[in-house]
Amino acid sequence: MKNWHKLVVAGLFAAAAGAAAAETVEATLENGLKVVVRRDARAPVAVSQLWYRVGSVDEVNGRTGLSHLLEHMMFKGTKTVPAGEFSRRIAAAGGQDNAFTSRDYTVYFQQLAANRLPLSLTLESDRMANLTIADDVFKKELEVVKEERRWRTDDQPTGILAETLYANAFVANPVRYPVIGWMDDIQNMKPDDLRAWYREWYAPNNATLVVVGDVDPQAVIALARKEFEPLKSKTLAERRPQREPEQKGVRRVSVKAPSELSYLTLAWQVPRLTRLAEADPYALSMLTELLDGHDAARLPRHLVREKKVALSASSSYDPLGRGATLFTLTAVPANGADMGKLEAALKGEIARIAQGGVSEVELARVRRQVEASRVFEKDSMFGQAMQIGSLESLGFSWRDEDEMNRRLLAVDAAAVKRAAQSLVDDKLTVVTLVAQPLKGRQVAPPANPKELR
Amino acid sequence: MRLQRLIIAAGVAAAALPALADPQLQSWQTKEGARVLFVEAHENAIVDVQLNFDAGNRRDPSGKPGLADLTLGLIDAGTAKMGEEAVRERLTDLAASLSGSADADSASLTLRVLARPEVRDPAVALVADLVAHPAFPEAVLKRERERSIDNLRQRETDPGFLAGRELTRLMYPAHPYGSGARLSADSLKRISREDLLAFWRTYYRPESAVVAIVGDLTRADAQRLAERLLAGLPKGRPAPPALADVPAIVPGQQKVIAHPASQAHVVFGLPLITRHDPDYYALMAGNYVLGGGGFDARLMRELRDKRGLTYGASSMLAPHEKAGPFEVSFSTRKDQAGEALTVARSTIADFVADGPTEAELEQAKANIVGGFPMRFDSNRKLLGYLAVIGWYRLPLTFLSDYPKKVSALTVSDVRDAWRRRIDPARLATVVIGPATLAEQGAKGEPAGQSR
Repeated sequence: MKNWHKLVVAGLFAAAAGAAAAETVEATLENGLKVVVRRDARAPVAVSQLWYRVGSVDEVNGRTGLSHLLEHMMFKGTKTVPAGEFSRRIAAAGGQDNAFTSRDYTVYFQQLAANRLPLSLTLESDRMANLTIADDVFKKELEVVKEERRWRTDDQPTGILAETLYANAFVANPVRYPVIGWMDDIQNMKPDDLRAWYREWYAPNNATLVVVGDVDPQAVIALARKEFEPLKSKTLAERRPQREPEQKGVRRVSVKAPSELSYLTLAWQVPRLTRLAEADPYALSMLTELLDGHDAARLPRHLVREKKVALSASSSYDPLGRGATLFTLTAVPANGADMGKLEAALKGEIARIAQGGVSEVELARVRRQVEASRVFEKDSMFGQAMQIGSLESLGFSWRDEDEMNRRLLAVDAAAVKRAAQSLVDDKLTVVTLVAQPLKGRQVAPPANPKELR
Repeated sequence: MRLQRLIIAAGVAAAALPALADPQLQSWQTKEGARVLFVEAHENAIVDVQLNFDAGNRRDPSGKPGLADLTLGLIDAGTAKMGEEAVRERLTDLAASLSGSADADSASLTLRVLARPEVRDPAVALVADLVAHPAFPEAVLKRERERSIDNLRQRETDPGFLAGRELTRLMYPAHPYGSGARLSADSLKRISREDLLAFWRTYYRPESAVVAIVGDLTRADAQRLAERLLAGLPKGRPAPPALADVPAIVPGQQKVIAHPASQAHVVFGLPLITRHDPDYYALMAGNYVLGGGGFDARLMRELRDKRGLTYGASSMLAPHEKAGPFEVSFSTRKDQAGEALTVARSTIADFVADGPTEAELEQAKANIVGGFPMRFDSNRKLLGYLAVIGWYRLPLTFLSDYPKKVSALTVSDVRDAWRRRIDPARLATVVIGPATLAEQGAKGEPAGQSR
């Protein structure tokens, strides 16, 4: 595995354009840590993100929420850096730091003055190997995470809707678990569960370091080598596929929640992108752009502005991810519209494309949006780092972005039509959030507010 | 033509520092007297424009809260010559994105477009047409009014929203800054097309507009862009009356409102800080230590780290033209709301009484000063600062002054400002969740007495 010397310099064409020579360099250290650095010298700052390839799709029932809980504990100290000290040092350097966990990965990031980047790498290297999980600290953090779950999911109609959808649209694939975990699993988590999870997945060969900013890429790679090369690679646990059995029939679920508005989601099991050359995911991406990708897109135009059956209507499809994926339509019925009518209207939008296709004018409109948004994305260093890190963590290369884009732009009307035709009832899950209005519980404005003092 | 532009851009980029590293703010006035702020940034082929009018929520007529928002929301719903859908298609075909937002002091439209003149110029012309000749179609108004009512009904089930709204009502019971919190289905139903037209005519004045521009264009281009943007607006309307000062609030108000959510949402606040506040920097740096500095802040340490009572506790300052709010907020499991409230109150009281420690202030300064360049490290963020500097007539040196003013602060500067300006006994309190609240022990008594 002597590929660390294999440096690739891309983006030289940009130098010819005069401004913004986007220079991206990558290297893989001997211990397997992948490093990708992009120079963006517009401001004297840098963003550093360390991506671990572990998330809720790696978890099992009874232990859901492990990855996210571990993310919280990563701020609670190592043998040499006490609890809270990581963030304090980054803040003292003028930086900001935080972390997030998804189904597919756990990411730790810092944004700081470019010349303070060494601090960030020193601290990350330390907590990749030397985390301490103290029982009493863990116990308190468990309460924090339970509050987070209440705030994010239990008390949010849309949080409940999403959790219900994934738990019912899949029976075997682990995307059915909430990233934050079931409340009972959080409650019953043991410090040893986290220690084992940390030992198992936190290794240089399960991580990607991404740096974007006003830096010399070669110097960053040298720095990464100095900080991370002492760490040993590990033999990672086997990731079993846990493939979702084929769905053969529509599923219908309803859930009640305190809410004035009801919600309806239609979600179809669809393919994800596993190799660059697959055709279906690009066609499905184009379909979602046509339905909800821009100001003049079909769903809000037809359902919200013309027929007025919905207060809002949206579509989403994420082709990238290690677990199974869905193509979803979500709408809120306008006051008075019933769910049956709304479901028919949503399906009608798919049927119109499945039967009548789409015009070249509409496709051209989406292509222009896609091309422009690639330029707009370059305004954010954090966004650029996210793009690089997610592609690297999901089994692709940051360099694949161009090819993916080309393939998306090449999707034609016939392919979009076929994508719409693939959204059949046998692959469908329908989730209804049945509103439980608070009326009678006197919420606001109170006629006679209770004055305590 | 194209090639020439690129060569010029390259020359500029090579000669000067990157635009965002040390933004060179340029400013001038249009023919009508609108203020323009501009930063030339050629690294990405993008142009960002923000147009502000004195048409924020503070201009809602009494009895018609929501008028400022609806007027802005319907600005892009068509002109005399162009229907709503045609506007959307045109924007999409130009790959331009247009968004609007109204806060208490102003209403703004933000345009992002590629720098190529073939799309930039028509996009600017379209926005100019929208602000100068809005049609405010009756049918669109009816639809949007209904959507607003439904959205309000939904937000009224959200305990976080309810807490914030109740607090605003307590802080600004009669002042125009409380208009948003007085929005109701009834007030929305009262708003007619004539109201929108009258509001637009009165407040969308080119004379008091502010245009902020960041991006890949020259000064000459930016000058033409700003003139074009305001060209069609009716001129010569009288300036609206000045805004009244915010009266001091009734001390110690508290509301507890039952809600079925699993968490209680707790907020404290009072009207406090202006954009030209003599204590601006002392209040800002102090707020970092109390609750603005994330994991560095006392509220987070006391409520989350030490006791596991919340996922997040914070305080914030929102400077306005007149006194904008100081607010503290957190959420916690309903049955421990009393305990959390007690801890939060004493944290605030201790801070106001004693100020930050030397070490805390050093940490706050290090973060604010060291992190200052990150506040405008993208065109988008820089645009926001330009709009604020222009709108509030802050000095063009604001971005370079800020870190210097923070560096110069001492512990006694911060302590004195907080003692003088914030009396914890005056803080209004709202708790959404439990039916009643049992605060714990003498420590939970309102502070202010600790001095």
